[in-house]
Amino acid sequence: MKVRLLPSPQSLLLHLAVIAALLAANWLLPEYHRGVVSRVLVLAVFAMGYNLTFGYGGLLSLGHAMFFAAGLYGAGLTIYHLDWSIWPAFGAGIGAGLLLGLVVGALALRTSGVAFMIVTLMFSQVFYLTTLYFTTYTRGEEGLILQQEVRSLEFAGATFDLSDPSTRYLAGLALFSLVLLFTLFIIRSGYGRALIAIRENDERMRMLGFNVFANRLVALAISGMICAAAGAAYAVLFGYVGSTLASTQYSILPLLWVLLGGAATTLGPLLGTLVMFYVIDIASSHTTAHLLVVGLVLIFLVLFFRRGILGTVRARWLPWLP
Amino acid sequence: MGFGPYLLLATLEGLVTAAVLSLMALGLSLVFGVMRVVNVAHGEFFMLGAVLAWYFSSLVAGDPALGFLLALALSPLVVALIAWLSDRLVLSRLKYEPEATIVATIGLLYIIQQLALTYYGADSRPVEAPFTWRIQLPWFGYSGYKLAVIGASILLVGLTALLMMRSRIGLIMRATQYDSETAQAFGIPVRRVYSAVFALGAALAAIAAVLVVPIRQAHYLMGQEPLLLSFIVVIIGGLGSLRGTVVAAVLIGLSDGIISMFFSPTLAKMLATLLVALVLVFRPQGLFGTAAR
Repeated sequence: MKVRLLPSPQSLLLHLAVIAALLAANWLLPEYHRGVVSRVLVLAVFAMGYNLTFGYGGLLSLGHAMFFAAGLYGAGLTIYHLDWSIWPAFGAGIGAGLLLGLVVGALALRTSGVAFMIVTLMFSQVFYLTTLYFTTYTRGEEGLILQQEVRSLEFAGATFDLSDPSTRYLAGLALFSLVLLFTLFIIRSGYGRALIAIRENDERMRMLGFNVFANRLVALAISGMICAAAGAAYAVLFGYVGSTLASTQYSILPLLWVLLGGAATTLGPLLGTLVMFYVIDIASSHTTAHLLVVGLVLIFLVLFFRRGILGTVRARWLPWLP
Repeated sequence: MGFGPYLLLATLEGLVTAAVLSLMALGLSLVFGVMRVVNVAHGEFFMLGAVLAWYFSSLVAGDPALGFLLALALSPLVVALIAWLSDRLVLSRLKYEPEATIVATIGLLYIIQQLALTYYGADSRPVEAPFTWRIQLPWFGYSGYKLAVIGASILLVGLTALLMMRSRIGLIMRATQYDSETAQAFGIPVRRVYSAVFALGAALAAIAAVLVVPIRQAHYLMGQEPLLLSFIVVIIGGLGSLRGTVVAAVLIGLSDGIISMFFSPTLAKMLATLLVALVLVFRPQGLFGTAAR
C-alpha cells in the first residue's frame, strides 16, 4: 500500500480557510480584539512549536520557555545592543533556538518520562537565572523596551512599521500561516509519521531499525526553532524583552494551550491559545486571580477532557482532521 | 572577624537551611518513592504551612511560645487534610499516571498560590520565635532558636526513619513502594496508603515551614525556591531513597549556605541547578541511589 505523504485536499482547504478568515479579521475586528488576536497569533506559534514535541512526539517538556526566551533575547539583545536590523536579528533569534534545542535535546533525551520533565524544567530554570544574572545587559524582570524607530522592517523594497496595529497583526499572521502550513506538511511526511509511531511505541520502532534518539532530537530542534521564532517575533512586534517571559510559567502556558485545543492537532494550539486568552480576559473583569483560572482549567482538562477541543471533535465527528 | 569564624557562621546558616530542606525533601521523596508521583505543588504545601502558622499564631495573644506551639500542632494537620483531599479528588482519579499527575499538581500549585495571594495578601509577615535567647560565641552571638530548628529537624527525620523502618505502618508503606500490585493482593489497602503518604509528605513540608517562619517571614511566593532545592536534593540523593535524601540535603544546604555567603546567590543557584540536571542526565539513579528495577 502506498502511503500518502501529503495533506489531504480537504485538510489543506480547511487550513487555508482558517488563514483567510484570520486575514479578513484584520479589517473586521474592533481595535481592542485585533490587538488581542495579534498576540494570540504569535503565542499560538509558540504553542505549535510545543505541540510538535508534546503532541506528535509524546515528549512532555516543562522547559519550553527557554526556547521562546532564546528567540526573544536572540533578537532583542542584538537589536538593542548591536543595532542589528530586524531580519538578521530575527535570524539570530531562530539560530539561538535551534542551537539550544540541539544542546538541550542531546542531553535531556538521554532521559525519559519523569526525569525528562525535571531535566527540561531545570535547564529552563538555569536559562531564566542566567537572564537575571546578566542583568546589566538584560535589565532582568523590568526588561528592555525596543523603541518604535528600531522596529521597522525592510521587505520587498518597502519599509513597514511593526508597531502599527495593522502591520503587526499581518506580520503575526504571516508567521503563523507559515508555521501552520509547515506543521501540516511535516506531520504528513515520512519523518512526521515516524515521529508519531515513536510516540505510540518506541520499542517497536527501535526494533524496526529507526533511530529513536535522532528522530526525537530533530523534533526538539525544530520545536526549539519554531518557539524561538515566536519569541523573536514577540520581541519585535510588542517591543518587550524581559525575564518574565523566560519564567516557568511560560513553560506551563503552552502546555495548557495545547492540552485545551487538543494535543497532536494542527489547529489545536491556535484554538487553545485563543480560548484561554478570552477566558482569562473575561475572568479578569470579575477577579484579579487569573492564575486560579489557569490552575482550575489544567486540573479540569486532565481529569475530564484529556483530548482537548479539537481532539474530541476528531474522535467524534471528523476523523480526517490532521 | 577572621576567615575561620566567618566560615563557622556560614556553616551554621547552611545547617539551618539543611535542616529545613531535609524535612521538606523527605516529604517529596516519600511521595515519589511510594507513589511515583512528582509533586510540583509540594512547595505550595510548604508555603501554606507558613501562612497558616502566621494565622494560628496571630489568634493567640500573650506569650509567643503559645502561638507558635498552636501553629506547630494545627498547621501541618490542616495542610495534611488539604493534601489528602487533593489526592482523593484529583490524583487518585488520574490513577497516578505520571504525566497527568504532574500537570494536575501544576494546576494545584497555581490554585493554592493564587488563593494565598487573594486571602493572605502579598505582604511578608513574621511569626515571633517561641524563645529569643542567644548563644554568645567569642566572635558573634548566634540565635538559640536556629540551633533548636536544627535539633528539631534531626529529631523529626529520626522519627520518620523509625516510622518507616520499625513500625507496621512503615512496613505497609515499604511493601506498597516495592510492588503495589502484590501488596494489593496481600490485602494492603493501596489507595488508602497512597492518600496517607501524600498527606504525610505535605505535613512534613508544613512542619518545615512552621519551623522556618520565625527566621524567614511568610510570603505567598516562598514555596518556589525550596521546591527547586528539594528537587535537587531528591535527585542527587536518588529518587525515592530516604537515606540519600537526608545526606544530599545536608550537602546541598551546607554548600548553599557557604557558596551564597562568598559568591552571588544567583550564580550559586545557576551552577547548582545545572549540575543537578547533568547528574540526572548522566546518572539517573542519583549519586546514592541504586539503579531502577
